[in-house]
Amino acid sequence: MSSSKRSTIIVEHLRKQQMWDAISKGKRLDERNLDEIRPIEIELDTIKKANGSARVKLGNSEVIAGVKVETGEPFEGLENKGALILSAEILPTASPYVEPGPPDEDTIELARVVDRGIRESEMIDLERLVLVPGKTVYTIFVDCSIINADGNLFDATSFAAVSALASSKIPVFEMQDGKVIDTGNTQRPPVTTLPVSITAVRIADSVILDPTAEEEACMDARITITTNSNGDFTAIQKGSTGAFKVEQLKTAAGIARIKGENVRAKLQELIKAG
Amino acid sequence: MNQVRNLIDEKGKRTDGRTVDELRGIKITVGRIKNADGSALIEFGNNKIVVAVYGPREVHPKHMALPDRCVLRCRYHMSPFSTDTRKNPAPSRREIEISKVMRESLEPALILEDYPRSAIDVFVEVLQADGGSRCAGITAASVALADAGINMRDIVAACAAGKVDDKIVIDINDTEDKEGGADMPVAYMPHLEQVTLLQLDGVLTQDQFNECLDKAIGGCKMVYEIQRQSLIEKYFGSEMELKEEQ
Repeated sequence: MSSSKRSTIIVEHLRKQQMWDAISKGKRLDERNLDEIRPIEIELDTIKKANGSARVKLGNSEVIAGVKVETGEPFEGLENKGALILSAEILPTASPYVEPGPPDEDTIELARVVDRGIRESEMIDLERLVLVPGKTVYTIFVDCSIINADGNLFDATSFAAVSALASSKIPVFEMQDGKVIDTGNTQRPPVTTLPVSITAVRIADSVILDPTAEEEACMDARITITTNSNGDFTAIQKGSTGAFKVEQLKTAAGIARIKGENVRAKLQELIKAG
Repeated sequence: MNQVRNLIDEKGKRTDGRTVDELRGIKITVGRIKNADGSALIEFGNNKIVVAVYGPREVHPKHMALPDRCVLRCRYHMSPFSTDTRKNPAPSRREIEISKVMRESLEPALILEDYPRSAIDVFVEVLQADGGSRCAGITAASVALADAGINMRDIVAACAAGKVDDKIVIDINDTEDKEGGADMPVAYMPHLEQVTLLQLDGVLTQDQFNECLDKAIGGCKMVYEIQRQSLIEKYFGSEMELKEEQ
């Protein structure tokens, strides 16, 4: 990913002025308003082999999330909770600048921020996914593959992970003679809330929502804010090498609640229908 | 989060006897590592963190060099003996993420354009961890950068605020982090009045978020005074004593 950053340096300087001009007039290079999110396309159950899955397109960014459920030992210190493990990978298909290999820090941050939004909102009531306290629990894997990258991978990945989890039908396991048995039945996971992540970036003095890759190349600072169904904040992450004024952060937080509610309504409708 | 006990008693005291607006004890020793270009040791509550800055120096590997500015590199690492259960010395995903946000929180304060084709390395080693180690690390790192004589726009001070027993408190300790409701680390440049780090784990309403942010920034301003004093002590300490003698 570092190579992609370097190759955009010249473009960045040329485009930055153009982008500033447009944004100062309240429009973006792709004609969107400053607070406009690109069209969101969600397809549930794309991967039949998974216990739950979703393909999300946010503009040209595209992510597939798959849920797989197994049993295993609980995490240390969380003996009476099921385990939730989220991963994200930016596939080499996603852009000319991605090279195969171990995850770089951007990818690690992406997975951890998406995970934080889901974990801290307690979206899944993990206490209801215990078979033998302290010994055997449900282990839910949510694996996210970014297949095309055009900016705002945080929100695209979060939408995909949440949709896949909320619409999943996980196996019903039971204990028989000290062994785990797959009953062959399925159940809905215990979903308590739908976390929605909204990302904004600052370019010069303007804060814009849902940046494209080109806008991210010109951004000064980024902020990702996750809200739950009550409209409360459950995870926040500031990113990139610039800073924010306090008022910009408070305004962004307010916008994330409103925009998050719109996206949540859309997710809810889809999941009900599916 | 399940709360097994009250973390704030009826007199408004926290588990370590502090009030909601009180920082833990902070001591910063500047120039602790002799070989480094700049360094600081911070004792922040029970945190003990040593930071060494090397640079501006030649970039290795060379292809990382930038033609118009300096590369800032940051490594946050926890010693195996720093935690209750031994920490595997290999860098964890958490440490990689913290290294990244730490670098991004320091960069706005540095004038990196002044050192093209070079690198500044910031090594943050947590010797003893006690909750809030990233804030303590950032605080010490910006003192170490100043000690190294790097051109800076401002100093970065960091402090967390959070929710404990439904009250907003500053400078979350280890117990409050594990058992409390929310933790929000913030880094702030006091003169430029800008936030360079903001993270949140846990649930806050909009009002609580605003209060948390304001209180964390208040904490950062207190931390800044201690940073400033520690630098004065190293660079002007003897002169001040001289003045007093005269």
